Amino acid sequence: MKSDYNIIIIGGGPAGMAAAIGAKEAGEDDILILERDSVLGGILNQCIHNGFGLHTFNEELTGPEYAERFADKVRELGIPFELETMVLDVTPMSDGRKAVSLISAQRGAVTLTAKAVILAMGCRERPRGALNIPGFRPQGVYTAGTAQKLVNLEGAQVGKEVVILGSGDIGLIMARRMTLEGAHVAAVAELMPYSSGLKRNIVQCLDDYGIPLLLSHTVVDIKGKEKLEGVYIAEVDENRKPIAGSEVYYPCDTLLLSCGLLPENELSSGAGVEIDPRTNGAFVNDRLETNIEGVFSCGNVLHVHDLVDFVSEESKRAGANAALYVKEGRKGGREVNVTVGNGVRYSVPSKINTDALPELTHIRFRVTGVYKDASIIIKSGEREILRRKSRILVPSEMLDIILKRDKLADVTDDINVYLEEVQS
Amino acid sequence: MTRELICINCPMGCMLTAEVEGGEVTKVSGNTCPRGEQYAKTELTAPVRTVTTTMKTAGGKPVPVKTKAPIPKDKIFDVVAAIKSATAPLPVKMGDVVLENAAGTGVDIVSARSMNNA
Repeated sequence: MKSDYNIIIIGGGPAGMAAAIGAKEAGEDDILILERDSVLGGILNQCIHNGFGLHTFNEELTGPEYAERFADKVRELGIPFELETMVLDVTPMSDGRKAVSLISAQRGAVTLTAKAVILAMGCRERPRGALNIPGFRPQGVYTAGTAQKLVNLEGAQVGKEVVILGSGDIGLIMARRMTLEGAHVAAVAELMPYSSGLKRNIVQCLDDYGIPLLLSHTVVDIKGKEKLEGVYIAEVDENRKPIAGSEVYYPCDTLLLSCGLLPENELSSGAGVEIDPRTNGAFVNDRLETNIEGVFSCGNVLHVHDLVDFVSEESKRAGANAALYVKEGRKGGREVNVTVGNGVRYSVPSKINTDALPELTHIRFRVTGVYKDASIIIKSGEREILRRKSRILVPSEMLDIILKRDKLADVTDDINVYLEEVQS
Repeated sequence: MTRELICINCPMGCMLTAEVEGGEVTKVSGNTCPRGEQYAKTELTAPVRTVTTTMKTAGGKPVPVKTKAPIPKDKIFDVVAAIKSATAPLPVKMGDVVLENAAGTGVDIVSARSMNNA
């Protein structure tokens, strides 16, 4: 079997498929996608709800439909992919290529080589062990995504009386899903004073079914030794500490955890990719290239997205840039840093090469809290590149600022992204 | 009367303000696209939802399905019950109708995924 490629893409979910399509459409033919599951599509296969694809296809699709359209495109373009393949290690080699070690039934344990590698491994859920909830470890405690997989892909019944901790989108979606499957969802508890999920999901997943959202509340104890019997939910103060005496007991057989997603960067770190502690994803430049030449990162392994359409768009760019790298090598030139200020948690990219700007440069970021009538400001030194007023900005929605080439062409100072709040 | 609501058409979740007079929506603001205006009008008079769930198959694993068009919100549980009592034939292609006129809504249920016999 062939073992040397121009581009190897790790992950066949929405990011990996779009990266492959982006590379192919940029003229690169020597591509291989490696996917650990038995089908392409990644997490989309279990996201049976609708709301995907409005930006990409201008219509509202379910996750499996969105995945199938991309998988069809991958097949139509004749891009090779290998399923049930686990990548174990990525190591840069002295000649500039990368060694990709993997194991699969088809190949056995082998090492492939590639000029460029695109990291598209996605993310995983924060598990109970990372949440420090006291109590036993009974059956009946699941991450929301695990329950989603069991219900939607396996057709299993997960539970009848449900409490959900965390108001991330998967938790909200699962509140509705469990209700439609005949369960009763008693409450969704959220530690923060605002939801970390999208507003539309609060409306159509909770409000539609009369499921209460308890903001500034958390689970403080889990009861039941073999089988979950119930949980105590308490209110928290402004320092997120439970308020003594506010505990309420909820009898339940199921506790779903929707407490955040973590980019799955073990392979990246192993390869020497520098990780941004704010995103738990790689530091990248505007070409989505990491500190290691020819190693690109995109999708949820780079930073957790709320819209798959944004994942596809970003990953297509990563693929096209990887194809360009294979042809022309790394772009030299002047790089300016992108830094963040008031109200902005992080930005992707963290560097922009102003000597080799593409037509459009994307700067993506999240805000640190809920801001009303604030303005997004992008400045380089004293020069204001962008000012955009927003009625409401929330941490759950990733912002995507697109700058035309002439806006950045003669920028030499660091670029700073921040919010200007109205004086009240 | 002024009503505030959040558009659920896409993940932007625009905050809409609608003026309602005599059961009619006369003015909508806060929307960034025409879908928002349409949503406010429908939501305040006859709310509808697209329903997604799974249908069992002869193969054991369920297949994801959806209503081909939005259905009245108060029919959600009837439609889900109708889907749960049906079985999708295999193989099935994405977009195939797997149940016609679900619960008398006049709306068909279609498969959201292609699935083989396996």
